[in-house]
Amino acid sequence: MDKLITVSPPPHYYGDDTVKKLMYGVVYALLPALAVSVYFFGIGALIVTAVSIFSCLAFEYLIQKYMMKQEPSISDGSALLTGLLLAFNLPSNLPWWIIIIGALVAIGVGKMTFGGLGNNPFNPALVGRVFLFISFPVQMTSWPTPIASRLQYADAVTGPTPLGIVKEGLSAEATMPQLLEQIPGYMELLLGYMRGSMGEISALALIAGGIYMLARKIITWHIPASVILSVLVFTGILWLINPYDNADPLFHILSGGLLLGAIYMATDYVTSPMTPKGMWIFGTGIGVITVAIRVFGAYPEGVSFAILIMNAFVPLINKYVKIKGFGEEVKNG
Amino acid sequence: MITTFPKGGIHPPEDKFSAGSPIRELPLPKTVTIPICQHLGAPSEPLVKKGDKVKTGQIIAKSSGFVSANIHSSVTGTVARIDKAMDSSGYRRDAIFINTEEDVWQEGIDTGSNLVKTIHSGREEIIQKTLEAGIVGLGGATFPSHIKLSVPKGKKVDVLIINGIECEPCLTSDHRLMLEKGEEIMIGIRLIMTALGVSRAVIGIENNKKDAISHLGSLARDYQGIEVQALRVKYPQGAEKQLIKAIINREVPSGKLPVEVGAVVHNVGTAFAVYEAIQKNKPLIERVVTVTGKDLARPSNLLVRIGTPVSELIEAAGGLPENTGKIVNGGPMMGKALNSLDVPVTKGTSGILVIPDKESFRKPVVNCIRCAKCVSICPMGLQPYLLRAASEYKKWDIVENEHAMDCMECGSCSYICPSGIPLLDYIKLGKATVSKIIRTRKQ
Repeated sequence: MDKLITVSPPPHYYGDDTVKKLMYGVVYALLPALAVSVYFFGIGALIVTAVSIFSCLAFEYLIQKYMMKQEPSISDGSALLTGLLLAFNLPSNLPWWIIIIGALVAIGVGKMTFGGLGNNPFNPALVGRVFLFISFPVQMTSWPTPIASRLQYADAVTGPTPLGIVKEGLSAEATMPQLLEQIPGYMELLLGYMRGSMGEISALALIAGGIYMLARKIITWHIPASVILSVLVFTGILWLINPYDNADPLFHILSGGLLLGAIYMATDYVTSPMTPKGMWIFGTGIGVITVAIRVFGAYPEGVSFAILIMNAFVPLINKYVKIKGFGEEVKNG
Repeated sequence: MITTFPKGGIHPPEDKFSAGSPIRELPLPKTVTIPICQHLGAPSEPLVKKGDKVKTGQIIAKSSGFVSANIHSSVTGTVARIDKAMDSSGYRRDAIFINTEEDVWQEGIDTGSNLVKTIHSGREEIIQKTLEAGIVGLGGATFPSHIKLSVPKGKKVDVLIINGIECEPCLTSDHRLMLEKGEEIMIGIRLIMTALGVSRAVIGIENNKKDAISHLGSLARDYQGIEVQALRVKYPQGAEKQLIKAIINREVPSGKLPVEVGAVVHNVGTAFAVYEAIQKNKPLIERVVTVTGKDLARPSNLLVRIGTPVSELIEAAGGLPENTGKIVNGGPMMGKALNSLDVPVTKGTSGILVIPDKESFRKPVVNCIRCAKCVSICPMGLQPYLLRAASEYKKWDIVENEHAMDCMECGSCSYICPSGIPLLDYIKLGKATVSKIIRTRKQ
């Protein structure tokens, strides 16, 4: 035979999944939520998204090329996804230079200091967001009013989020039934007609994207289900004990960043556990910490803190929570 | 009810290009190269020397231990030499070269195609004849079959499981055999049941071979104790432990053999070989081999004499396509890539797969993104990502404690990995090192 043939160990067939396809799959799943955000927040949402994505890509490229001296891999979609998720966690009137700082922290500190893709213990977008939240508390908690500020960016009309109204109201001795008139109804919460970070508002769009990711097997159901279920149970107990001082479970699930966090941020491959049982522990931890911060803490919202805290436990969970091997414990007959 | 094994598993493309092509007999090759180690265990001892005349079916190498097997000449002719020859593992090993002259069978072998239904042989005779005929597991593991026909002392076997899964994508040799030699397989199963002393046998067939399920299902009505179980398509269902779990829902303990849960597994091809050995007095000198590939002109199922060079099989399937990039002995998941077309067909060769150039390379490797897909698909419940890291950093104690030795090397983890990491390569490295460590510990 006059031709060279390849000789390699098996297998000789490979699946279709690549890192790029998985990353872009999450990006596609986020598009409905982005569309809703652009509908409600208009030009501000577009500017925040564009600045965030562009600066994340740029920082990743520059750091890989000039500091790590590697072949830049920005086409794998992971920096694009970080940029999109960071934007989703910011108010749509945030000044552009703050977004750039957030992107630098997210990519530079959150991801590249640990060695890049796959090595970071914390979700990079959340590292960026929490850094900004602590450094620029005023800008990070000024929430544009949907529809009213479609054509304004920096000078948008602002007000508190539903969770903010509840937190303020309850600490000012108001009761839940009195606050109900000030907060949006369930239908508005589902569609996204409320103030909040630009990507977190529409529960429906986020759930639709989640179903798409489940169907494409990009994520498994364990983490979203455990986060939502634990919030449901925890807030349900509080609500049953005292419905005057506690918001109902459905309100907790549909408001704030809970669905965005549960479906898109907590399920980040790199920073979540490897086994189904570990995912349950991780998700339940996020749910419990979120509710604890929302109900007993100083901040109205705690999803991003909860995810980062549980991220820190992931190596421990992976070490001690093992999957049961075939034939390891046998119960036959 | 259609069942399957619960833990892990993948769905690679089935690519059964040759499913519709009936078994053809390949013309006698001019020379055959018969390796003296075609089975799991000790190499056989040659009984012939250069210049000897041998007949088809004559024993030419003798089993050399408890785990070993006899080897017979597959043609009539003269022994040209006994020399090293490349086999499918890529190593040069001892083999007997025979120049074909004609096809005169050894006395006492029934070469007719008539079906011999009546069983006269008892348990001892079946085991003895299986041993003499050099039969090994034809699914690919090539474990000497006579050992698996006798129940070890102190163990009890109550069910015989017959593997009609067709372990890998692409291959169709077992499928065709079930369609064309169904009756013979049934008698073979009866013989194995007699040897084991069991009254129940289940043939497991995946649901993508509905014709085989209905054919063997209707034959089974005449054979008391034999039933057919349809299984949902999932790889690696042909693996012994997974098959037992899928069919009778018993889990073979880690590190143990199926006999531990009262089951013995044989392949349909082995059942056919047992039929031929006992009813026809015919040793294992030929087998059905699938020759297939996307761009092959005539994907075929060929009845091939052991020792025939792979090149002749590919000629019979329409010749090697221009764009060939890789030639695999076996299926796409566990088969070995060949480095020469002179490699002979052996008892364990279930297929020859021709892969085009652009599909013969691996994916570029990027960082592990810890997506946990390898964990969720591992049929043995292992954590391939962890075994890989432990092997890479030479943490052999972790490799051992994480049950690397349970890995059956099905390749599902490497298949699924979106980062293109050769997980199985690392796990094999870990397994090899750990088994060396275990051996030294025992000394």
